Amino acid sequence: MALIRLQNISRCYQMGAETVHALRDVSLEIQRGEYVAIMGPSGSGKSTMMNLIGCLDTPTAGHYELNGTSVSDMDDNQLAEVRNREIGFVFQTFNLLSRSNALHNVELPLIYGGMPAEQRHQVALDALAQVGLGDRIHHKPNELSGGQRQRVAVARALVNKPSILLADEPTGNLDSKTGAEIMALFAELSRKGNTIILVTHEEDIAEHAHRIIRLHDGLIASDERQNRP
Amino acid sequence: MRFFAEIREGLGISWDAILANKMRSTLATLGIVIGIVTVTLMGAAINGLDRAFIRSISVLGADVFYVSRYDWLFTGSYDDWLKAQRRHPPIRLKDAEALAKQLTLAAAVVPEEDDNRTVKYKTRSASSVQIVGTTEAYLQTSGVGVAQGRFLTAADAEGNQPVCIIGSEVATNLFRNDPPLGEHIKIEDQSFLVIGVLEKQGTMLGGSLDNRVIIPIRESLAVIWKRPTIDQIDVKANGLAQLDEAREELRQTMRHIRHLAPGEPDDFAINQQDQFVKFFHKMTGTIAIIGLFVTSLSLFVGGIGIMNIMFVSVVERTREIGVRKAIGAKRRNILLQFLVEAACICLFGGMIGLGIAWLATLAVTQWLFPASLSWTIVAIALLVSLLTGVVSGFLPAWRAARMDPVDALRSE
Repeated sequence: MALIRLQNISRCYQMGAETVHALRDVSLEIQRGEYVAIMGPSGSGKSTMMNLIGCLDTPTAGHYELNGTSVSDMDDNQLAEVRNREIGFVFQTFNLLSRSNALHNVELPLIYGGMPAEQRHQVALDALAQVGLGDRIHHKPNELSGGQRQRVAVARALVNKPSILLADEPTGNLDSKTGAEIMALFAELSRKGNTIILVTHEEDIAEHAHRIIRLHDGLIASDERQNRP
Repeated sequence: MRFFAEIREGLGISWDAILANKMRSTLATLGIVIGIVTVTLMGAAINGLDRAFIRSISVLGADVFYVSRYDWLFTGSYDDWLKAQRRHPPIRLKDAEALAKQLTLAAAVVPEEDDNRTVKYKTRSASSVQIVGTTEAYLQTSGVGVAQGRFLTAADAEGNQPVCIIGSEVATNLFRNDPPLGEHIKIEDQSFLVIGVLEKQGTMLGGSLDNRVIIPIRESLAVIWKRPTIDQIDVKANGLAQLDEAREELRQTMRHIRHLAPGEPDDFAINQQDQFVKFFHKMTGTIAIIGLFVTSLSLFVGGIGIMNIMFVSVVERTREIGVRKAIGAKRRNILLQFLVEAACICLFGGMIGLGIAWLATLAVTQWLFPASLSWTIVAIALLVSLLTGVVSGFLPAWRAARMDPVDALRSE
């Protein structure tokens, strides 16, 4: 069974008098354990696709099934619960809470998930150790380097053991060396069996993925698997 | 459990937010501070006055009725007053004697008459001294005690003995440091032998209770006032348990003495300490309501300030709200977060307000009148500030809770 199943998904936005079709009747399946890159120029619909897959948004038409559950008709609170359980976000700008330390940032999804405090603490520590930041848990974001911040964000994304790791231009704000480190971390996470979806417009970043889906004008232009060396 | 974890998370966030915007938070709480200072000070003032009042009227025994010509707290119109003056005959000494014979539920019946006169001792004189004409039973109804010498005896009261007991203030004024017992003082050119000095009693409703001279009632009526009428009759009930029955018996006996036909209204009044207390509470209640109104206005203004600052805070943290929603915060979580923050700011303001009010209470007590800050007032003040926070934080929090995560994440 596919982890992600998009069936005839459309998403329109009303921009004044004009209707913008960000996605037009798109169907797509992603299996558990896949490492997929979604590519396309700006305006191609890749952000919309990411928002829909990440359950931040719902389609205008079509059906979306995530992990066997239909999410296209859910309300705000149900979607929040699905995001909490099933999806780990990694953003281009890290989006850490600036006034909280690394540990608390990672604990946050667990708080919303309702995990008791002692257990939460241990789980968050484990997640930080997994991304190599076990010794930086009490540092605030502004005391960490860009790469370290993104690692905290990855730890936060992974802490709930989600079905999907959804990364939106994760290396966009990093220098190439740090970017490479983050991509190496993703590769390792993929080897460990995590499903990773990478949204990017950089070819060399997308090259890390096992499957590249290219969008153009709200349609899937190509969907190709590549054999990793 | 989960709810408390959320509250704790909310507390942590709001503490950080308040620390990050110290100046803004302080200014925002100013309205709340002022509101709480007003409400607390008013409460403390009323509380203090109340206590002072109760203490001051405690000389009126709770189990004593005061039969007099008019109600102490006459509330009718001027016409009513004139009518009462025509209808109500003065109280006479013989009324007291008749009551003493007929009442079964009374422990003591004490006639009382007083007026202010000048009292002289040798070359010294004291003006406006309260001269009280009464009997030996006055000890039972008035709460006075004798510090030196003795009180009136039945023999003093019955016979026309020119003796007197003087209040501590009179003793100080006339005798300075000389022993007053055995000396003679003059009231209206009549000489009285000082047989006792009263214990110090303090004040009642602002007047001194120590600036008085007690003399036998017959003597006072015959020599000083030269009339058979008296001010009032103090009737002490047998006990607090039978107070209502005692009052009714007193009323019926008095009507009998006055030969009132059934259906005719009373032509006398029976007063109780209770009346004063009720009247006073009515008065302080009115003050409290007016004060509460003024106070709620200032709290309202303070609340608007908080609402304003919370709206700013929500807009500033749009992106944070987006992130929180993305990682699983529900509407309820976001709502709670901002409500807790607003409540915290207000509670903080409330505490500052209480601190200021506490200092002000000390100052007021020192220089103006007794005020006292009770735990009830403290609890109410904190509750009110908490409530103000929740109410004024609701709209901004609601707006935050309903934000679309995609839009919120996109904001700069």
